[in-house]
Amino acid sequence: MILAYIDQDRGKINEASFEALTLARRLAEQTNAPLHAVVIGKAEAGLTARLGAFGVSALHHAQHEQLNEYAPAAYAQCLVEILDAQKPDAALAAGTERGNEIMAHVAAKTNLPMAANCIAAQAGAAYTVTRLRFAGSLYEEAKLDGATKLLTVAPATLSARAAATAQTVTVNTFTPQLAQADLRARVGARVETASDKIALGEARVVVGGGRGVGSAEGFKELEELAALLGGAVGCSRVATGMGWRPHADQIGQTGNRIQPELYIACGISGAIQHLVGAKGAKHILAINTDPEASIMYKADYAVIGDLLQIVPAISAEIRKRRG
Amino acid sequence: MNILICIKRVPVVGRKIQFTADAQEIDTSSMGFAISPHEGCAVEEAVRLIEKHGGAATVLTLGPVEAEEQLRDAMAIGVDRALHLQTDGREFDPIATANAIVDAVRADGTPFDLLLFGNEAADTGDYQVGVRVAHALGLPCVTGVTALEIHDGRATAHRQVPGGVEIYEVALPAVIAVKDGINFPRFPSLPGRLKAKKKPLVTIEPTWQNGGLQKTSLLNPPEETHQVVILGKGPEAAPKVVDLLAELGLL
Ligand SMILES: Cc1cc2nc3c(=O)[nH]c(=O)nc-3n(C[C@H](O)[C@H](O)[C@H](O)COP(=O)(O)OP(=O)(O)OC[C@H]3O[C@@H](n4cnc5c(N)ncnc54)[C@H](O)[C@@H]3O)c2cc1C
Ligand SMILES: Nc1ncnc2c1ncn2[C@@H]1O[C@H](COP(=O)(O)O)[C@@H](O)[C@H]1O
Repeated sequence: MILAYIDQDRGKINEASFEALTLARRLAEQTNAPLHAVVIGKAEAGLTARLGAFGVSALHHAQHEQLNEYAPAAYAQCLVEILDAQKPDAALAAGTERGNEIMAHVAAKTNLPMAANCIAAQAGAAYTVTRLRFAGSLYEEAKLDGATKLLTVAPATLSARAAATAQTVTVNTFTPQLAQADLRARVGARVETASDKIALGEARVVVGGGRGVGSAEGFKELEELAALLGGAVGCSRVATGMGWRPHADQIGQTGNRIQPELYIACGISGAIQHLVGAKGAKHILAINTDPEASIMYKADYAVIGDLLQIVPAISAEIRKRRG
Repeated sequence: MNILICIKRVPVVGRKIQFTADAQEIDTSSMGFAISPHEGCAVEEAVRLIEKHGGAATVLTLGPVEAEEQLRDAMAIGVDRALHLQTDGREFDPIATANAIVDAVRADGTPFDLLLFGNEAADTGDYQVGVRVAHALGLPCVTGVTALEIHDGRATAHRQVPGGVEIYEVALPAVIAVKDGINFPRFPSLPGRLKAKKKPLVTIEPTWQNGGLQKTSLLNPPEETHQVVILGKGPEAAPKVVDLLAELGLL
């Protein structure tokens, strides 16, 4: 059996789970094994039908009053119980923050090896996996051992595909045995940060600024352009390090991943650690004084020159055309 | 309080990455090295906590001889001592790394109140060493932490999630894995660097083991070769940019 963890937060499924499920089904086909899924806590209506369409034949549904709020070790315990009882050949989760965390706890509890952020896997006595290094600047091929191979699937690297034939899903509800130790680290409270700003990860246009912006004030020009386009402002690590922008705006390996239609990178040299965060951008427009900057190798369009003149000129032109 | 920070020496890679002939390692002959960024923030966080609450900080790394440079960098901003789990350059997988760290912590005997990790190492991005160490030592663990406060033997940790912040509270001792942005690490001063040279550094030789995740080769991601279209120079290019915006349906 191949097991896939379906991540959900208070009834809302993380869609990356279906990418993991797609790789899980490929492994199930390779090993001629059934595909099972596990979901924890109150599940979204219609979930079983969606899972069936992805080729899942059985859903293990963990329910426990202590699982209403996220507790990584307790969530992992739900998977460990299935591993103990059913000995799946592999267990997969999406390589989201939670997916990676839960799988790491499963790995630690069972002392099994785990491969994070895989983009491909080939079943065998040991699995051959291809996984991301340096947040995707580099790939690694590796052998993954273990009675159950534990892996997570890098989000947005393979597309979710339903199965050729849908399955009828048998639901098995169970109550995991949680130890006190599993509940020590858990969400105690949650503060919603109400904001009318468009989230960086969801914006259709992102205007990013780097060292070339020169100051916190310089970002006003970027804010204005972003507002005109209904987009969001992002930045490089230099801009956060200078204190010009909050870290929440940072794009890159240790910041946000964006996937806009257009990323306008202003005064950003295009370091690989920055660009891995912008891999999901459909188009990149670079505004830079240096026609030789690394970003020119990744950008689709460029304007050469001083961003502090060019960005306001673009805003003015938009206003002019809108009349 | 006693704080342990686990850091990793990582190469700072550029646009084109070259490999050694067997494709097993990155050719780092022309590369710089640094403390992996999440862990650089862990070091800064430890120093701030010690400044505020008193106590001592120990920095640990498992890495080659050269990784002493990163240990000294950490000591230069205020960490008191270092443990160097010296390898012959061979990569330890996450299980092997966690086991070596756990052995070293036990052998050292310092009763650490807080064990700080990075959320993930910049190079391998395994997302697990801290969690494994926590389980082996029987400690609670919070990862992805972007704000941390210590009070009355407890840690309050914030974690950013889409649309909000999750708040965790755990009793010490605990393992906390932090993220870039929790603070802005200070730069070492010259006197700090000089002091760091004299701070105690213990060398330990861990035994390599196969933990079950074995790298076979490294490869570059497929590169789309495309030509950049220069829309123009200076503010005169603005109309062309707006044409493009219209074309992409963004106006
Ligand atoms: C492990 C690791 C993780 C990292 N994670 C991240 C990350 O998440 N995000 C990130 O961004 N970085 C990250 N970095 C840092 C990264 O390597 C670069 O240092 C950083 O992205 C550079 O920022 P920058 O482009 O703003 O600055 P610079 O590289 O200094 O580039 C400034 C650019 O601005 C141009 N310029 C200057 N003046 C003007 C002007 N008036 N008009 C137009 N153009 C102008 C210059 O020609 C230059 O190209 C990481 C580094 C490491 C080692
Ligand atoms: N070789 C190492 N030496 C010391 N600490 C390490 C090492 N490798 C990983 N760590 C710590 O474990 C964290 C998670 O690493 P990883 O699981 O490899 O992504 C890192 O951010 C470090 O704090």
